[in-house]
Amino acid sequence: MKHSHHSRSIRARALVAIAVVIGGAFGVAWAMTTGPHGAMPLDEQQTLLDKLLANPHAPPQGIDGIAWTTIYLPSGNEPTPDRIALGRKLYFDTRLSKDGTVACATCHDVSRGFTDRRSVSEGIKDQLGKRSSPTTMNAALLQSMFWDGRAPTLEDQAKLPILNPVEMGHPDPASAMAGIGTDPAYKDLFQKAYGRAPNYDDVGRAIASFERTLIFLDAPFDHYANGDAKAISPAAQRGLELFNGKARCVSCHMINSSNPLGTDNLFHNIGVSARKQNFEALAQKGLLAIQNNSDEKALDKLAIETDLAELGRFLVSRQRQDIGAFKTEQLRNVGLTAPYMHDGSLRTLWDVMDHYNKGGETNAYLDGGIEPLNLSEEEINDVVAFLFTLTDKRFTEQNEAAFREQQAQAAKQRPFRDNALAHRDMLPFEQRVMGQAGLK
Amino acid sequence: MNDKTPMNDKNRLPTKIPHIKSVETRYLEERETLFRGLKNLDRRSFLKVSTGAACAALAAGASNHFHSFLPVNVAYAGEGAAGPGFTFAYISDSHLYIKKTNERFVRQLLRAVDDVNKLDPQPDFVFYGGDLAQLGRKEELDLGAQILKSIKAPVHMMVGEHDWFYDLGSHWNELFGPENYSFEHKGVHFVVLMSVHEKDFWTPRNMTPEQRMHTVAGLDNAMQSAFEVGAPTREWLKKDLDKVPKSTPVIVFSHSPLYKLYRPWNFWTDDAEDVQAILQKFDRVTVLHGHTHQVLTNRIGNIQFHGMLSTAWPWPYAPQGMPALTVQMNRPNPFDSNDGLGDGEVIVHPDGLVDKLYNLWNRNPMQVKASYLSSGGKSDVPLAPTLASY
Repeated sequence: MKHSHHSRSIRARALVAIAVVIGGAFGVAWAMTTGPHGAMPLDEQQTLLDKLLANPHAPPQGIDGIAWTTIYLPSGNEPTPDRIALGRKLYFDTRLSKDGTVACATCHDVSRGFTDRRSVSEGIKDQLGKRSSPTTMNAALLQSMFWDGRAPTLEDQAKLPILNPVEMGHPDPASAMAGIGTDPAYKDLFQKAYGRAPNYDDVGRAIASFERTLIFLDAPFDHYANGDAKAISPAAQRGLELFNGKARCVSCHMINSSNPLGTDNLFHNIGVSARKQNFEALAQKGLLAIQNNSDEKALDKLAIETDLAELGRFLVSRQRQDIGAFKTEQLRNVGLTAPYMHDGSLRTLWDVMDHYNKGGETNAYLDGGIEPLNLSEEEINDVVAFLFTLTDKRFTEQNEAAFREQQAQAAKQRPFRDNALAHRDMLPFEQRVMGQAGLK
Repeated sequence: MNDKTPMNDKNRLPTKIPHIKSVETRYLEERETLFRGLKNLDRRSFLKVSTGAACAALAAGASNHFHSFLPVNVAYAGEGAAGPGFTFAYISDSHLYIKKTNERFVRQLLRAVDDVNKLDPQPDFVFYGGDLAQLGRKEELDLGAQILKSIKAPVHMMVGEHDWFYDLGSHWNELFGPENYSFEHKGVHFVVLMSVHEKDFWTPRNMTPEQRMHTVAGLDNAMQSAFEVGAPTREWLKKDLDKVPKSTPVIVFSHSPLYKLYRPWNFWTDDAEDVQAILQKFDRVTVLHGHTHQVLTNRIGNIQFHGMLSTAWPWPYAPQGMPALTVQMNRPNPFDSNDGLGDGEVIVHPDGLVDKLYNLWNRNPMQVKASYLSSGGKSDVPLAPTLASY
């Protein structure tokens, strides 16, 4: 109960924010109505998308053309205008959900940084999932999909939420295809795109092709990196120095021309799961399940039916270093994709900085690279200023509004700030071992 | 150049690079041969004893020993020749400075204490493997003592050179008692040995305590001499073991490895053979050592050797002289300051031989079983660390 109340209040806040945010972008007139599950109505999302992607068939900006075709495009599913068109239609089609209320665009909403501004996503019958919906922007450049990396490609990823009982809820691919497979318009589109009748695998392929057009890598940071010294503010410039130094962000979020997303594509326990009281007991349960030679199915069952999802990558890799580890998310457009972390538990980038500044949340499986940073308030402000320069210029106004909104929120509440830990007066593990008093 | 010229044979690379054994390796081989011929233990009878005991333990039923980080199957139900079998935990090589100078090492010792306090069931005791302090200062040792006091199980302490060379052990003695001592536990005779004595290099050079400590703390500072147990401590050891029957399993704690691994880094005990000779009369001897900060496995005759992980930093492996039985741990990730570090457990079988568990933080634990050593590396080969590949 507590959880859903929390997510509703976030939603209410998000709606107010959007009213403020989007008004001016591209001169589009926004009707501030919302569709099912709080998403912007899908036809309005499509109008906005047309403005954002003037030419979706051109090679994406910000990536080397040869790298794009040889590394990022899969052989066998090269994007063609027909495939992209089919994928786009599917992305906005609620028939992919059992009750016809959820499309991909419900949780990957064009007007909300291609995510849903919720801590965890809401599927059919108002069911809440266990994880926060990541953005589909630039997802084409990631090495694995989902917070635990269990899908290697966009093609694989796209097919899974449709069949997830708390997301789009179709019991099987046949059920998912029942509506669209008999639609003459779709029959024609599938034929043009893949030369065959509608089928479930091609649904995944087409959606992936469309998602590969969602590349947003033209940020003030890129202009600064290319020599325009005025492209980002002095505060953001100081923030970049900290990002590459004292704040240690670059250890996992390296960001440069050959690694444009700012992720190491690896999985780390930074302690987000450990905030839940039962995390270490869960970890033991997971380890025991493996010890007892549970097969894949048994573990998957545990993952869905229990809180074991909080063990993250471990359920995929079965390696101890992955207990409570989740994917290093991309930093591109991070100003637009609040709330943060796999469970959407951090509302602002100030919260994110507070979390890292105190050395994450102490737990027996904490990644050893996570340690207290001793950042001052000014330094935190500078890093946050830098992070907001990673938003694509097409979202400048939305980004500035999000900055103001987060700043106001942070001024009211900083629930994860712990100066004693951040400034190393109290060390991680100290209270667990020495008790409240700590070291003398 | 005429490209029809036949290739000059002299310019060809040799097809096989000759294998040149290091001085240490040749020395060790010679010494090993000597030992074999010398003493009472022949390899075959040794194997018979240890595999028999392992089978008996298995027949008695493997209990599910639950580790806080990984469940380990432990076959220690029932009573063996020596006793009922048990586990103890270890923490080693924390190298504490005061917190203001280096909070990371303090945090890492706290992490290890948190680990052992979470073991369920609790170990019979926790052994501390030496080098609690970095520069032997009173404040460093006091800080370490304060932290180790929070360990729930009883603690047994060993001294390391970093604890000792500032004041020649006086504050350590005050806190923890004498360096050399022994005790009995469930049928096993435990010996804690001060093995980091050095020949006096400081008096002739008129060094201050700081200079002496810094010379030793510089691991490869050639001004110092090699570590040794030394004649007086060897005498103490002989006397201590005089009354212990040869069938009693013996576990020796020593900070330095009690064999000769790599002299330039002082991974070395200069009178190792003399100490090994004293231990030759026993059927089953295990030596656990600190100092090397890595997974390290060796067997010389009847003696099985295991290293301990550090909580401060991992050392690289020595460029030569590595024992053939060592399955190396992963190369630490430089972005993860806790990688290659950890603590661990020692599972003592009813026959007195031990399985050694290396609890590597953020990695899968490595277990080096007695049967691996007893079989000369033929069975129960430890799983090498798993690293993600792409």
